[in-house]
Amino acid sequence: MQSQNTSLWKPAIQSGLIAGGVAVLLSLVGMVATFNQRFIISGVFSMGQVIFLAPMLLMSYFFLRKTMALSSQKIVLYGLLIGVMGGLVLVLLVLLGTNFNLQAMFINSSSKLYDILTFNQPLAPGLMILLALSAVMGVLASGSFLIPPRISAAVIQGITWVLLVGLLRDLIITVTSRWGPLAGPVKSLFAVSGLKPLGAIFLFALISGLYYWRNGKPVSPAQKPTQTKDRSLLFWAKWAGLIILLLLLPPILGIFFSDILDTVFMYILMGIGLNIVVGFAGLLDLGYVAFFAIGAYTMGVLTSPELNADPMTYWQALPFAMIACVVAGLILGLPVLKMRGDYLAIVTLGFGEIVRLLALSDWLRPWFGGSQGIQLIAQPVIGNMVLNTQQELYYLFLLGVGIVAFIAWRLRDSRMGRTWMAIREDEDVAIAMGINHVAYKLMAFATGALFSGIAGTIFAAKLQSVYPHSMNFLVSINVLCLIIIGGMGSIPGVFVGSLVLMGSPELLREFAEYRYLVYGALLVVMMLTRPEGLWPDARRKLELHEEELEAEAHVLAEAETSAMKSAK
Amino acid sequence: MLRTWRQRITITDIVVWTIGFAIAVMVVYGSAKTLALGKYTTETWIDLSITGLALGGVYALIALGYTLVYGILRMINFAHSEVFMSGPFTAAFAAEALVKQGLWNTYPVLSLLIVLTVSAGVSAIIAILVERIAYRPLRHAPRLVPLITAIGASFFLQYTFRGLYGSGLKGYPEMEIFKGFWIIAGIRVFKTQAAAIIGAVVLMLILYAIVQKTKMGKAMRSVSEDKEVAALMGIDVDRTIATTFALGGVAAGLAGILYLLLFPVAHFYMGFFPGLKAFTAAVLGGIGNVPGAFLGAMVLGLLESVGPSLFLDGLGIPAAYQMKDAIAFTILVFILIFRPSGILGERLTQAKA
Repeated sequence: MQSQNTSLWKPAIQSGLIAGGVAVLLSLVGMVATFNQRFIISGVFSMGQVIFLAPMLLMSYFFLRKTMALSSQKIVLYGLLIGVMGGLVLVLLVLLGTNFNLQAMFINSSSKLYDILTFNQPLAPGLMILLALSAVMGVLASGSFLIPPRISAAVIQGITWVLLVGLLRDLIITVTSRWGPLAGPVKSLFAVSGLKPLGAIFLFALISGLYYWRNGKPVSPAQKPTQTKDRSLLFWAKWAGLIILLLLLPPILGIFFSDILDTVFMYILMGIGLNIVVGFAGLLDLGYVAFFAIGAYTMGVLTSPELNADPMTYWQALPFAMIACVVAGLILGLPVLKMRGDYLAIVTLGFGEIVRLLALSDWLRPWFGGSQGIQLIAQPVIGNMVLNTQQELYYLFLLGVGIVAFIAWRLRDSRMGRTWMAIREDEDVAIAMGINHVAYKLMAFATGALFSGIAGTIFAAKLQSVYPHSMNFLVSINVLCLIIIGGMGSIPGVFVGSLVLMGSPELLREFAEYRYLVYGALLVVMMLTRPEGLWPDARRKLELHEEELEAEAHVLAEAETSAMKSAK
Repeated sequence: MLRTWRQRITITDIVVWTIGFAIAVMVVYGSAKTLALGKYTTETWIDLSITGLALGGVYALIALGYTLVYGILRMINFAHSEVFMSGPFTAAFAAEALVKQGLWNTYPVLSLLIVLTVSAGVSAIIAILVERIAYRPLRHAPRLVPLITAIGASFFLQYTFRGLYGSGLKGYPEMEIFKGFWIIAGIRVFKTQAAAIIGAVVLMLILYAIVQKTKMGKAMRSVSEDKEVAALMGIDVDRTIATTFALGGVAAGLAGILYLLLFPVAHFYMGFFPGLKAFTAAVLGGIGNVPGAFLGAMVLGLLESVGPSLFLDGLGIPAAYQMKDAIAFTILVFILIFRPSGILGERLTQAKA
């Protein structure tokens, strides 16, 4: 054991250097400087500082979690080592950046960045602080392994909440400003940006105290669901509460945040559709935006007086748009039936690009408006009311999401859903079992296309215009990211993924610039560490961890046999 | 086969063949009409062809990376287009520095060597890093998983370079020795295009020789045949795969410099379309096959350059050049449908596709 422990110095140094490298990269791509204006604790601690210090903390945490059974002294030492190594790399960057002009190459290597990295101090003391704080980060991570789990869990909860609340200051203030007597006290916690120092301490104490108290409470038998009737009542009560909350959201949130909510729900609508294609049937579709575009453009062509002498209303055009999307789904589906995996991905990508290029071309300009798109698209009318504000359109999105989520949920456990999953797992076996893979694959494409098209029609109605430039490949990537992060094949996962991935760039404007950088990194990290997603589908999770489970079973069996042998 | 051909034909085949036939008719009719109208002179056609060949040379070098990696790992390295972008983007800064030092036009060969080394080096490093971080840990995961990390890596790289170097266009300085044109047998050839074609051919030959003649290449080929057996024969599989990525990266980096000769602007998004088209070229020639990649790239370059004017102008489509990307994608889709093994490829069977 001892010899194993000593050989850990090298990987520890390596981890420290990697952490430092990540911090340098984050500084040079400009994230640190951009986020520096966003305070978490006003005047004390900004998001920028979190970004360049977090790599040390996380790397140290994951390094120590992997290496088990170390003495507490060693844990602290390794944590310190990782923090110091990471800090040294950052110090090196500052020294390089202040002595040479790196800005000719790296545009973000500005004096502003180095001021932030040295905490607005002169160079030498600033670097000392930087190094010391990095070391503290490393030690902090090791601390979470040394103190009792109940306390460390409470502290981690407290810190997470302070971070979240500090970042979402604007949202929280807007929402609580309508709560009458509560508005004042809540507002007093916050500064112009982020929390006030006292507010942060209060919040931290409150959350970690609550968490500590709750964790310590023994689970009383009364809390356990005893009767099924009670449970189903609770179940329905939860759903009813959720629906009422969803219905009340726009007036609570106000126009600006309702607009964000619209985006989130639009992506949920598309995500549920792509989830059927990718998550259920296992067909990686990278041209999903094509159907969104077809839905939006059909709506535009049919209802805009610009292109049409006899424009329809939204509701008249909707069935046509839906039919167009289903047909497009079938047209894409037919030729790609024989393809799998990589080839399918690239053909669908090509299909998406072809649709965009056609919409953009001068050739089809008389029909689709070329690069200028289509304006004056009709908005949905119910009775005498035109749905044209963000808050009213939210209900349309909500209705669409409700219907589509219900369909997807019922489909998943239906015969068709199980067939899709069989095709996903092993197409050859599925065919051998007598599954008509042609029909079912086409059905998956058509359903996915339909859902995306519906999102497209509402999108067109919301903006009253469509442009080919808003139909680019990035939309497909957004949708793909959100279902993968949320959990492939999982319907709640789509909601979580969309809320996190689509909501955060809108709530934190600085983040918008780095969204694809973060999405890309998230996809890789997610696949490496948690391929089943944030809110996994139970079956999918089992499939992805099949090997581990088998390995575990194997180990158990071995242990049993050896135990039997020794017993003999 | 117990069933007759008539029973084997499905509705899918009918639809696919109908679409294919319609497009073929459109192409033939369009070409005939364009030629009959005589809108373009022979010189224009030759000019377009040379442009196409120069472009094809660039695609060929990028396609090499796709083909080598596909041969070994049976996966499309989606991040390869970003590997292609990273090298020349960095090299554009090196070129700018050289211009400032006044070396660019006084020592053109030395400057060119520096730029080529920087470009190939950065691309190779990025390729190795991508393999190490995003692909190696997932070698035994379900197929969809490395594909997703590849897409993630691609976006991460694209936007990292955008963050590092800015989202603007980065001009690539023109070199005195590449200005102007030669007249060869009465045909005007721009020096940049000639350099791109010659450079691509020479580099492809060198890289092909590496794959075919050296020990390293032999190891690569054996790993692509069978990883387990190669490992038993004493080949370090991980290292061979890393070398393959590095070789693909070098080719992509060099392709990047040739690309900058033709289109002297670098930006973070420049990898997407050439990458996709090089992939098309690799498939067209038969993926996993190095001469096939070259052939496919040349054919694709020609079709992309000549195609819009030849096929579409005759049909009265305005601004046909806008459709050149669409033509490339259509070729990709139809090659994958009708002959996924490509022009030269025989090894790839339906099961692997």
